[in-house]
Amino acid sequence: MSPKGFFTDTTVCIGCKACEVACKQWNQLPDDGLFFTGMSLDNTIDVGASTWRHVAFVERPAPLGGQVTGMGNLSWLMMSDVCKHCKRAGCLEACPTGAIVRTEFDSVYVQPDICNGCGYCISGCPFGVIDRREEDGRAWKCTLCYDRLQDGMTPACAQACPTESIVFGELNDLQAQAEKRVEQLHSRGMTEAYLYGADAGNQPGTGGLNAFFLLVDKPEVYNLPPDPIAPAMEAGEAWRSMAAAALGMAVAAFGAVLTSRTGARP
Amino acid sequence: MAECHPVGFHWPMEAKRRGAKLIHIDPRFTRTSAVADIHVPIRAGSDIAFLGGLINYIISTDRYFPEYVVNYTNASKIVSEEFQDTEDLHGFFSGWNPDDGGYDVDSWQYEGFDVSPMPGGSGRFGAAGERKTERANERQDESLQDPRCVFQILKRHYSRYTPEMVDATCGIPEDQFLAVAKTLCDNSGRERTSAICYAVGWTQHSVGAQYIRAASIVQLLLGNIGRPGGGILALRGHASIQGSTDIPTLYNLLPGYMPMPKAGPHPDLPSYIDGNTAPTGWWSNLPKYFVSLLKAWYGVAANENNDYCYDYLPRLTGDHSHMSTVAEMADGKLKGYFVMGENPTVGSMHGALHRKGLRELDWLVVRDFAVTETADFWQDAPEIKRGEIRTQDIKTEVFFFPCAAHTEKEGSFTNTQRLLQWHHTAVQPPGDARSELHFMYHLGRRLKRLYADSADPKDRAIRDLTWDYPTEGEHDEPGAEAVLAEISGYTMTDGEALGGFLELADDGTTACGCWIYSGSYKDRVNQAARRKAGREQTWVAPEWGWAWPANRRILYNRASADPAGRPWSERKKLVWWNDDRGVWEGLDQVDFVAGRPPSYRPGAKAQGVDALSGIDPFIMQGDGKGWLYAPNGLLDGPLPTHYEPQESVVANPLYKQQCNPARMEWKRRDNPFHKAHDDPRFPFVVTTYRLTEHHTAGAMSRWVAWLAELQPEMFCEVSPELARERGLSNGGWATITTARGEIEARVLVTERLRSLRLKGRTVHQIGLPYHWGSKGLSTGDTVNELIGFVGDPNVSIQESKALTADIVAGRRSRGRRVVTSGDLVARIEEDATERDLPGARGSADASHGHKNGEATEGRTHS
Repeated sequence: MSPKGFFTDTTVCIGCKACEVACKQWNQLPDDGLFFTGMSLDNTIDVGASTWRHVAFVERPAPLGGQVTGMGNLSWLMMSDVCKHCKRAGCLEACPTGAIVRTEFDSVYVQPDICNGCGYCISGCPFGVIDRREEDGRAWKCTLCYDRLQDGMTPACAQACPTESIVFGELNDLQAQAEKRVEQLHSRGMTEAYLYGADAGNQPGTGGLNAFFLLVDKPEVYNLPPDPIAPAMEAGEAWRSMAAAALGMAVAAFGAVLTSRTGARP
Repeated sequence: MAECHPVGFHWPMEAKRRGAKLIHIDPRFTRTSAVADIHVPIRAGSDIAFLGGLINYIISTDRYFPEYVVNYTNASKIVSEEFQDTEDLHGFFSGWNPDDGGYDVDSWQYEGFDVSPMPGGSGRFGAAGERKTERANERQDESLQDPRCVFQILKRHYSRYTPEMVDATCGIPEDQFLAVAKTLCDNSGRERTSAICYAVGWTQHSVGAQYIRAASIVQLLLGNIGRPGGGILALRGHASIQGSTDIPTLYNLLPGYMPMPKAGPHPDLPSYIDGNTAPTGWWSNLPKYFVSLLKAWYGVAANENNDYCYDYLPRLTGDHSHMSTVAEMADGKLKGYFVMGENPTVGSMHGALHRKGLRELDWLVVRDFAVTETADFWQDAPEIKRGEIRTQDIKTEVFFFPCAAHTEKEGSFTNTQRLLQWHHTAVQPPGDARSELHFMYHLGRRLKRLYADSADPKDRAIRDLTWDYPTEGEHDEPGAEAVLAEISGYTMTDGEALGGFLELADDGTTACGCWIYSGSYKDRVNQAARRKAGREQTWVAPEWGWAWPANRRILYNRASADPAGRPWSERKKLVWWNDDRGVWEGLDQVDFVAGRPPSYRPGAKAQGVDALSGIDPFIMQGDGKGWLYAPNGLLDGPLPTHYEPQESVVANPLYKQQCNPARMEWKRRDNPFHKAHDDPRFPFVVTTYRLTEHHTAGAMSRWVAWLAELQPEMFCEVSPELARERGLSNGGWATITTARGEIEARVLVTERLRSLRLKGRTVHQIGLPYHWGSKGLSTGDTVNELIGFVGDPNVSIQESKALTADIVAGRRSRGRRVVTSGDLVARIEEDATERDLPGARGSADASHGHKNGEATEGRTHS
C-alpha cells in the first residue's frame, strides 16, 4: 500500500479547531483540563497524550505577504499541529517493547495493549509529540485514524476541516499538490511560503514527514524544531564521539600516569 | 465569518484559491481577517458612514453599472416634490411627527404612483387615503439628471460621505478606505460580481435595517444583485434561523412573510386582503397564499361563508416583540412563558431585567439540553448570590423538559441561501428527551381533547384545527415529512401534492402551509432530502436539497441578463430569453413572469403581475425595480443615514441629530442609559461577538468538555494601549461596567484590537464574547447584563454591537447591586437634547415604555 499522510496548508487554516474536536470525539479522548492561558485564542497549548491535534495561534508583529490590514505590522498565523508520522520515527526506534509499529499505510502506530509505559519514546521524538497520560501511564499520540483508514475512511480531522487546510491522501499526490500551492502563493505575493518536512531532501533528520506542512515563517514561530533529527540517526556519530571520548580519556589517564611517574622521580 | 460560520467559510476560501479577493471590515482582527486580502478596522456603530462613503465613491467616480442602474433600479424615478432630505433638515427626513416619534411616509413617495412594499410593512398613506396605483402615471428621467430623481437625491444625500468623513467617523484612514472601494469596484460589472456577507454585527444596532439597506444600495449600483457570485448574504445565527423567519417564530408574521392580522384595521377577511394585497407586483397574489394557509390550518371547516375561519386567527393589539414582551413581563402583565431552545438570560440583552420578568410569571416552561441559566434563574442568579432576592419569595413555577438534539430527530434546516436540507434521525434521544415537534404535537392533541365537547364558539379555533399527523414508535413521534407535505401544499379534492405556488388558488381548493415552500414536497417526494453530489450535476446543483421559492438558487435572476434578455457576459451567464421559443431558460429556475418577453410593457391600466414590464426583475416590488431609495416600507427613512448608537463616545459628525430619531427606546428606571456621547463615566466603546468554540448562549457548547476546554472562561479583549492606560494585565481580571450591570472577565491583551484615531482623538474599543453564564463546565459572567433595551424600529432588534462602558483592573465587587434592585452607578440626569434635537421627540419621551407598542402600531397602520 502506498504511504498515506497529511498535507497541512497553514495559509488557509482559520483556527476553528474543528480538527481538535473531531479528533477527540472520534478517539474518545479526555479533555486536557480547563484553564485560560491568555495566549491568543489557544487554551490547549500543545500536542500531548490527550490532544492529538492542536491548533497553534501566532500573533506576529510582521505583515503577511499580499495582505493589507489597518492593524499595521500584524498578522495572525494558525497551524494545526499533529504527529508527523516521520519516515525515521524517533519514537518507534526508541520503543523497546515493539509497541510502536509502522502500519501498512506507512503511519506510526502505538499499540496500547503492548505499550508498557516505559517512556523511552517520549525522549525519542524530536517534535515532543508523543506523551504519557498520567492516569494510565501509557504513551499516546495520533494514530492517523488507523481504524478509519482500515475502513477506507478519511481521518476525522481532515474530514472535519472546513477549509481543506488539512488534506489527507497519498503522499506522492500530496507532495505534488503542495509544491503547486507554494508556486501559486509565490505568484500572489506570499513569497515567504515554503514546505516543512515534505521529503527526505527537505528534512534529512527525519527522512521526511508523512504529515508535512506549508509554513510562512520560521519553524520556531510555530513551535516546530528548525532541524529535527531522529536520535537514532545520530547513533553512529554518538558512538564515534563516545569512542573518541574514551580514547581521549585513555590518553589522558595514560599521560597522567606517565606524568605522575615522571613527577615522582626525584 | 470564519469565526462564526467556519463551515460556510469553506466557500470564500475556495473562491480565494481561485483568485477572489476577500475584504473584511471589523473592529477587531479576527480569524476572518487572518486570511483576508484586506482587513480594515472600523469603529463599532459607524458602518453606515463607511457604506455611505462607498456609495459616494461609486457615484462620484462613475463606477456604477449604468445599464443595470437605469433599467433595473428605481434610480430614474421622480420623487414627490414634498420630499426633504436629512441634508436639509439636520438629520431628519420630511414627514417627521414629534408627537408619536415616527414618520409619515407620504412625502417619500414617487410622484404620480404610490408604490407598495412588502405586505404589512406599508407606511401610512395620507389623509386623502386614495392610493395612486397606476404605473402609467409614474414619472422618470432615464438621463438621471432631474434633480428630483432618485439618483440625484442619492447623490446629494451621500455627497458629504467623503473619504475624509469616513476617516473622521469610522477611524479608517483614506488609503485603506480607497483600497476597499477600488477593489470592490474592480470586481463588479459585466464580467465580475462581488458578494457582501454580514451577520448580526450589522443587525444589532438602533439603525440595523438601514445597515443592510446601505449594502443593497452599494450592490444595486454595482449591478451585483440577481447575478451569480453577487448578492447580500445574511449569515444567520443558528442552523435554521432563515427557516424560523420563513415559517416564523416572529409575532407579527404568518408563514411566507404575510402579516398577522391587526385588531383595528383588519376585522374581517376582506379588510385584511384589501389592506395587504399589493395593487401591482407579485404580492398581488396574496389572497391565494392566505386562503390556502387558512385551508391548511382549518381544513374542511374553512369555507367561503365563514371567511375561511379568518376569525380564528389572533389579532395584534400592539408590539409583542422580544424586548417589549420582557418589559411587560417585568411589569407583571404576563402569566406564562415558553422558552424553547433559547437561553434568554444569557443570550438576550439586560439579563437582570429578564430575570425580573421571569420572577413575575406564574409559570415558565424551558426546553433545552441542560438546565440553563434561564431554567435555573430562581436559585442561581447574580441577585440571589448577592442576597438581594430570596428563592422562597419567587412564585414562578418552572417546568423543565429535556429536548432532543438535531441528530436525534428529523426535520429540515433552511440556510442563508434559502436552501432546505433534510436531516434524518441518527440516534434516538435519551431518556425523556423529545423533539420540539413531539412536544408541540402532543400539547396540541391534549388541548383538542380538552375542548372536544365544548360548545363555546371561541373554542372552535382549537376544535377545527387540522392536527392529524401520523405518529410512529413507542413515543408516538409525529412524522416530520407529513408536516412538510402540509407546508408544501395539496389539493383539497384529492389530496394531491402541489408542484408549486403557481397552483395555489384563493377559492378554497388548495391548502398550503407556507406558499414560498410550495413544491418542497412535489410529487410526494421530500425534495429537501435530495443529496445528488455537486460533481454529478451543473454548478448550480439544483438537485441538492430544495431552495425556496420554486427551487430557485438565485433570487431576482432576471437581472443576470441585460434588458434584451441576453446574459451580461458569458462568464456570468445564468438565465436568458430564448426568442425563438418565446421562453426564459437557463441554468437556474428563472425568477420572472413565465413567458414574459423583455419587450413587454404594461398597458395604462395594468394591475397585479400584469403591471410588471419585461425589464422589471424585482418582481416582489410594486414597481419591479431594485430600490436605491425606499419610498415606502421603512419606519426610519428612505435612505440610510449615519446616526450614532444610543451610547457613543462622539457627537454625530454628520448631523445635529445624534441618534436615529425613530429608534425604539425603553425609558424605564430599570433600563438607564449613559449620556449620548462623551459620558466621563463610560469612556470606551464595547462591541460583543461570538467565538468559534461556543454556540450563542452556550447550552450546546459550555456543557461539552471538548468545547469547554477550548474556551474555558469568560474573557475580554483589549488593546495593549488600553491595558496600559487601565493597568490591565494579560491573564488577569478586569471589571466592565455599564449603568445596567457589572461583570468580571479574564483579560486577553492583544494587538488584534487596536485603538482608533478619530480627529486626533484616541478611541479604545473593548471586545466581549458573550457566551457565558454560571452553569455548565465553562463558566463566566454574562456580557448581556451590560446591555440596555434600545432597538431598531423596523425589526425590534436590540443594539448590542455598539455601546459604551468602563473597564478597570481586578474582579468585580460581590456586594454591589444591579439596576433592577438598586443603583449600581450614580445616575446622571439625562439631557434629552443630546440624543434628539430639541422638541424632536416631545411627547413621545413621556411614554416610551408604551410608545414602542402603541405608537408604532398607530403610525404603521392608521
